[in-house]
Amino acid sequence: MTGFFVLAIYVGIFVASYFIVTKLVHHATVKDYTSLKTVTFGDESAVRPNRWAGIISILTLFLIWGMFTGSGLLPKFLQAPGPFLGTTEFTYTAEANGQRDDATVTVIVHPREEKPELPEVELGDGFAKNDVAGIAQWRTGLIRVDANDDFTKSDGASVVAINGQPIARGETVKTADGTVTLTDKGTPNFAPSRGWQMEPLYLPPPEAVWERTGKVISEGFRGFTLWQHLGYSLFRVVAGFLLGAIIGIPLGYAMGLSNWFRGWFDPIVEFMRPVPPLALIPLVIIWFGIGESGKVILLFLAALWIMAIAARSGVSGVNISKVHAAYSLGASKWQLMRYVIIPNSLPEIFTGARVAMGVCWGTVVAAELVAAEQGAGMMIMVASRFQNTDIVILGIILIGVIGFGIDMLMRWAERILVPWKGKG
Amino acid sequence: MSGLSIQNLSMRFELPNGGAVQALQDVSLDLKAGELMSVLGPSGCGKTTLLNIVAGFLAQTSGKLILNGHEISGPDAERGMVFQKGALFEWMSVRENVGFGPSMKGMPSAEKREIVDHLLDVVGLQDFKEKAVYELSGGMQQRVALARCLANDPDVILMDEPLGALDALTREKMQSLVLKLWKETGKTIILITHSVEEALLLGERLIVMAPRPGRIHKEYRLPFAEQGVDADLREVKKHPDFGVKRDEILSMIWDMEEEIMGRTEETA
Repeated sequence: MTGFFVLAIYVGIFVASYFIVTKLVHHATVKDYTSLKTVTFGDESAVRPNRWAGIISILTLFLIWGMFTGSGLLPKFLQAPGPFLGTTEFTYTAEANGQRDDATVTVIVHPREEKPELPEVELGDGFAKNDVAGIAQWRTGLIRVDANDDFTKSDGASVVAINGQPIARGETVKTADGTVTLTDKGTPNFAPSRGWQMEPLYLPPPEAVWERTGKVISEGFRGFTLWQHLGYSLFRVVAGFLLGAIIGIPLGYAMGLSNWFRGWFDPIVEFMRPVPPLALIPLVIIWFGIGESGKVILLFLAALWIMAIAARSGVSGVNISKVHAAYSLGASKWQLMRYVIIPNSLPEIFTGARVAMGVCWGTVVAAELVAAEQGAGMMIMVASRFQNTDIVILGIILIGVIGFGIDMLMRWAERILVPWKGKG
Repeated sequence: MSGLSIQNLSMRFELPNGGAVQALQDVSLDLKAGELMSVLGPSGCGKTTLLNIVAGFLAQTSGKLILNGHEISGPDAERGMVFQKGALFEWMSVRENVGFGPSMKGMPSAEKREIVDHLLDVVGLQDFKEKAVYELSGGMQQRVALARCLANDPDVILMDEPLGALDALTREKMQSLVLKLWKETGKTIILITHSVEEALLLGERLIVMAPRPGRIHKEYRLPFAEQGVDADLREVKKHPDFGVKRDEILSMIWDMEEEIMGRTEETA
């Protein structure tokens, strides 16, 4: 139900901001060549990301996050209805020995952190006495209404109605601020209404994640600072990738240049390529344990085949005219390798390196989820065990940012180092 | 003995489907040092195969190739090659491309620089020395390819449709350049082309090859290349003899194409 509401808000903002932005910003666009194209629907090159849409899209995500977590960053009217907090009442009707009597239950729903003193209530008349109970926000609570009654359950007393509505075991009755369910054993269970917000345990508000970020940065997590956790993950990726490249690239070259190497390694490479590195984690743990060497070897295996295949296709991608030209100009085999094959394959190798780094980053996080003493993946795994959802979210964001950063770095290096890419 | 001698050259290879192709049959010709020979023929007549064998990229199945008294086997710096396109090294500047041959020989850099500067002057690219080759136009790239080939000072230059990818105007300018370089350097040149006009203009000698099996069909000795060295090529083309020869060769190749079509239809 809330899900549909979230979707409706999201779609609503999407559509509304489209109309608002196109109305307001329409005349301010640049008058460049593309802006003069009349055929834009179907011309992919004429489609440019609308910067406003990008900004609004990100803001909308945070807005919805804040709305449904009761974020203090938002004004009250923007927040979705929160869970009930305060004092509420319902009455129950007990039946014992053919008699019926009503009594009132006062429920105090309090924030989880503080446990208030429960006030005294008058017991009232009849055999059923008034009760008072405290329930933490987001929780439900069994209320032993018969405990102070003249006739208890063991005397044959049972609850037959809530707020005057008849109820049987297993049934639920709505009250002003929640619901009452009669358990199989006949005890009323009160669930205060939860509103439309997410419980912080499942999704903390943005400011809580932000606060926790500061805390993890200053205090660290599980004996290591945040930078050590991220540093360990990065170190494993870089070490595994470099090893994979050092072995994989020459292997790929050999496969691209020699019949024997091609024949020998083709079955191995073609078999290992489709095996997801994650499937190797159990074997690597059995063989090398959960320490650094196991992780580096796993990432080495993840990068090896990608780099070998990239180097192989780099060699096969060289225009035969270039090879012929080089030999006709007097190049030896070694010179051909050094001055033609290697530079010609660099663009392919860079593409492979980008893929390999991405795969390695994903694999290291997964490997750390399974077993590790430090690292980004271990951080979110352990945090989830202790239900520190804020740290889990923080970790996911950091993992995303670092993965994006690695890719940007590789693209930048590619632009600087192989400016001839795609120009052959 | 100086020059290139091709003796009874044949080339035959098997196809995966069990058939065999006689790409060349009994091709013989002698090319004196300094001759410029153009090769024409319909597609499939084996002219590129012939060039690749002379360059040393393919092995003949029988016959002999003798250059300046020794037999040819494998590619060598004595036989330079100019390709249609895509043979420049785009990771090198224009200067490095032209200096590739001398670099491979380990020539001292001062001497290499002199050669490269001179050749870039000759082909008119002195202002583009430090540019990357992919920044140049197609015509300029072919100038670089010519200069790169000449920098190695080969005995024979093999050109595989070197101007085939250029637009008509650039092509005309480049034809003049080829003639100029030929005259200045005195190199032996074999030039493969699809254009009858180009073959007539540039070929001191012209051979027309016929397909299936690839063989020499007819040979001409022509005055137009000699005339074109000093004159405007458009003037040369206006010569009545030029038109006569062009029509004769065109109809010859036309007939061959017709014959191929007929044969394909019969087998089909």
